Amino acid sequence: MTNNILVLFDIVLIVTLLLLAWQVLASEDIFSGVVLFISFGLLMALAWVRLRAPDVALAEAALGAGLTGPLFLSALRRMTRIHKGERRLDTDEERGDG
Amino acid sequence: MKIRTKNRQKWQPSLLPLLLLFVTGLTALLAQVIYVLPTGGSGLSGEVAQLQKQSGVSSPVTAVLMNFRGYDTLLEVMVLLLAVIGAWSLTKAPLSGKNDHPSPVLVTAVRLLAPLLCLVAMYLVWQGGHEAGGAFQGGALLGGAGVLMLVADLPLMQKIPARSFRLGLLLGPIVFLAVALFCLVMGGELLAYPQRWVASLLLLIETACAVSIGLALASLFAGGRPPDDLLDKENPAVPYGEKKP
Amino acid sequence: MIANTLYNLCGLLLFAMGLFALFACSHPLRKILAVNIMSTGVFQILVATAYRPVGAGAIDPVPHAMVLTGIVVSVSVTALVLVLACRVQETSNLSLLRKGRKIKEPKERAG
Repeated sequence: MTNNILVLFDIVLIVTLLLLAWQVLASEDIFSGVVLFISFGLLMALAWVRLRAPDVALAEAALGAGLTGPLFLSALRRMTRIHKGERRLDTDEERGDG
Repeated sequence: MKIRTKNRQKWQPSLLPLLLLFVTGLTALLAQVIYVLPTGGSGLSGEVAQLQKQSGVSSPVTAVLMNFRGYDTLLEVMVLLLAVIGAWSLTKAPLSGKNDHPSPVLVTAVRLLAPLLCLVAMYLVWQGGHEAGGAFQGGALLGGAGVLMLVADLPLMQKIPARSFRLGLLLGPIVFLAVALFCLVMGGELLAYPQRWVASLLLLIETACAVSIGLALASLFAGGRPPDDLLDKENPAVPYGEKKP
Repeated sequence: MIANTLYNLCGLLLFAMGLFALFACSHPLRKILAVNIMSTGVFQILVATAYRPVGAGAIDPVPHAMVLTGIVVSVSVTALVLVLACRVQETSNLSLLRKGRKIKEPKERAG
């Protein structure tokens, strides 16, 4: 009985992971893709726990979701600012404009 | 200064089914290979359990990570340092510094969370000896605290003195390398910890690596050179191709 | 052993999706996301081969250590590649956000 419930949990988790990965890669807006990537990392931490790997779960939750997500968001913001022309080469900042 | 580059070629739409075919074929091949892999059996858990007492820690994963495959961990800490060096050599950190009135909610939340994160990080490093945890998890939490402080525009990178910042970045690799060379001198092999001190040496390495990993991750989030006097006054950093002011 | 097979399959599908998106998407951020998903799939296959059910013995800790190392290396490489992508956009005249469009002239040019 418990085994069946665990298998059901596994199937639901895996289907959710695959759907999330699909949306990360195929969504229209890159910002929503990155946010979904963060939640993908958190669900992956659940999958690591289910696979009896608590060290990997801790590392994935902290690094994969908690650090790679903000890295992407920061890079996206930088690219948007460059695209809008608010920020050119870093020589502008070195010349004291920033 | 503009560098003109050609327009990138758009991915030909007619090649997309070919790509799909290729990926499907590769997936089928990989599925066949993975299916053939032997499941069950004990893997290496028997050998690890046998040598657990000599490894100095009670958690099997930490024993493998720091003791049995310690060379991989040494190189991995170097890789993190290399990524920081690469990011620093590319651009200055885009710290705005113009935000004189950050949101009070954000600042209060960071002030509450950052010390807690440091505390939990220290606990995780300690816990790595006997349960899940270790240097990387603790270092990742420290990096998260650094990220929070950078997001709230708290002057993390300016307040830490420049030399101490760089020393903190180097602490992990240097301590690890020093212990490895010490073991070479004492026992005759790299990273062959002497049996009397193995537990303390591992704790020393893990603490140093956690600090170093936290600082490295925060630097990577900042995304460039820190604006400090080591680079600006003594040695003005000039981008490639420009004349010196 | 069914958990083993399920997670092996999941890792494989993640790898396949990431590989497809790596070639098919044109935006560099999406390519980097695809590479991250590919590496997550590979880690899942590694840990799934190390899994033993609760009663059937101890888990194999060596793939866990490999995956830990892999996660840290993947994060550092992602960070470096993101800085590179921003730098490419800064120094080239093209905007990477819209395919092929030039960056608008900023209203005030420094210097």
